This record gives sequence, structure tokens and C-alpha cells, in this order.
Amino acid sequence: MLRAAALEAIYPELEPHVVVTIMGAVAAELYTLGHRPNFFYLEHAMGLASSMGLGIALSMPGQKVIVLDGDGSLLMNLGTLSTMARYRPGNLLHIVFDNESLLSVGGFPTATSTGTDLAGIARASGIPVVKEAHTPESLKSAVSEALADNTLTTVISKVEAVGPKTFHMDLPLLENRFQFKRALEAMRRASTERGR
Amino acid sequence: MPVSIANSRLIYDALKACDVKIISALPETWLVHLIRMAEEDPDMTLVRLAKEEEGIGISAGAHLAGVNSALLMQNHGFFAAINPIVSLALLYKIPLLMLISYRGHMGEKDPWQTQGGLMTEPLLRALNIPTWHLTNPADVQRRIKDAQTLAHASLHPVAVLLSRELMWED
Repeated sequence: MLRAAALEAIYPELEPHVVVTIMGAVAAELYTLGHRPNFFYLEHAMGLASSMGLGIALSMPGQKVIVLDGDGSLLMNLGTLSTMARYRPGNLLHIVFDNESLLSVGGFPTATSTGTDLAGIARASGIPVVKEAHTPESLKSAVSEALADNTLTTVISKVEAVGPKTFHMDLPLLENRFQFKRALEAMRRASTERGR
Repeated sequence: MPVSIANSRLIYDALKACDVKIISALPETWLVHLIRMAEEDPDMTLVRLAKEEEGIGISAGAHLAGVNSALLMQNHGFFAAINPIVSLALLYKIPLLMLISYRGHMGEKDPWQTQGGLMTEPLLRALNIPTWHLTNPADVQRRIKDAQTLAHASLHPVAVLLSRELMWED
């Protein structure tokens, strides 16, 4: 499947929640579908989107946090799976788009193209629910279930190594950073008020 | 193991006085009591890491979510985290309160720590990270608070170097 189609299928699920994406194609495609102040695009620090998601999930237990990761990024920080599994915040959903390629830097094949199994690694790391979803429909239902279950879930989605024509986003990264922090503050305030 | 429990307690209490709610850590000898104190504190979330890089992401996430955090690491762990310090914390103006055990400095007996001891301050300077040395128990609370205050005002990482004099009782 195309990652853009996958993102389009799950966009309604992403929209109300805290979303952290990796750089490059994923960020640009999500941005093109419609930016929200609660979306953060980590434009560097490859591998750390999931660690940021974990930090947010532990800080805001009442808020769903969705990380959009990639095979190249996850392979750079496999330890994140063991750390997430250790603390297993139920409000964290980790989606990995596996295009078997470092697409954004020229398409070099990653180790998933030669047999490395990220779902297997996630399971063996102790992530409580690991799913594989290779169609937009199955991804959408995996995402809905994970959000309803309140159990830490990693979903691996094989996608084609095709990206957008341009990675340009009309959003300077510091603007994204400050806007995102304010959005999270507002979410925290709203959930405190709901709790009263 | 002659790691100072009293001074570890002073440091831990200083972090509590800074309203730190999340501590990420990778164990190292000098940090054992601090990590244990965090683990035994029901109001503290301790995140035991596989690698220090992750801690930069966790602290960045915590900051954006409005929660104060601190990182406990050895100086070699600081080296391991340099890329995300640059490409996340500095790039995105994220405050970090890094408590770094300063191995390989004066009095170090372990030969394998010595190269890292030589590189610690030059690398902190190269990254333009303001640094406090903690050697005197009387300074602990004030310096940790001041380090956090500067980190938040400047939206920039700060380092507190935990010295042998403070941490180790020979």
C-alpha cells in the first residue's frame, strides 16, 4: 500500500490525539493531509520520535499519544522497544511504516529488506500487543482497536517506497514546537476540567 | 560500595525541590543510590533506558507535555547522547537538566574511564552547554535549582557535573 493512502485512512483517528512523526516523507504527507497544532514533526534526531512519544505518554496519562515511526528510524533506536515495553503506557500507540528503505535520503535499502522482522523484534522486546497491517482498512481497524484497548501497541505496516514530490512544509520547526506545546497545555487543561 | 548515600540524598532532594517528576537514567556506580531513591519514590516516574539517547527524547516529550524532568547519566552516556542533544534539544530549544557523573577526572583509579574524563568539559564547552561542578554538599540544592532555572529561561540544556569529592567516600 502507499503510505499516503494509509495515512489518509487513519487521519480521522489521528486528528484528536497527540501525534509525533518522524522526519521526511511521513511528516510531509501528514502535513499535506492537514496540519493540527497537536501534531509534532521531529525533523531530525532520527530514531527518537518513539522516545518523545513515551515521554509525552508518561507525562499525560489521560491523553492518547500516537507515534508515526519508520523502519530506518526504528532500526536506529531498537532499544526504544524494550524501554516502551518496560513501562508499557496504555495510552501510547506506535505505528511503524516499513518501506524497507531510507527513502528520504535517497532510497537505500534497510535491513528489513533483507529479512529483519520488526514485528518479531517488537514482540520479543515485550510490547504487549503487536499487529501487522498491510492495507489501509486493516491499519484503520488496528488503530481503532489499539485506541480503544488502552494497551501499548506497535503496528507494523509495510508500505511502498514512494514519497511525496516535495518534503516542503510551510511550518518552521520552532513554530511547530511552540504551537505543539501550547496545544498540549490546552489538552491538559481540558482534561482537568472534564475531571472536575 | 562507598558511594555517598548522604550526598545522593541531597541531590535527590534538590531534584524534588525542582518539581522534577520524571527521571531517566542508565545505571552507573555513582548513581546507584539516586536511581534507587527515584525507584522508591511513588511520586517519581523513573525510566530506565537502554541508551542515553532515548533520555533526550523522553525529556523533550516531557517538557512539551509540561512536566519537569532530569537525566542521570555517566559522562560516557553524555557522549552517547550528543547527536540528539544537538539535533533535538538544541535544534528545538528544549531545556534539559543533565546530571552527569564525572568519571575519569582527578582521583580516578579505573583506567578505562580516563579518556572520557579528558573529553567531558571540552565537549560541554563545544556544545555551549552551561555547566556547574558539584563538589561541595552545601552547594547542591542551590546549584541544581539554578541550573534548572537557567535551562527553562534559556530553553537550552544545562549540565551539572557530579564530582568524585561529592559522590565517592574513600
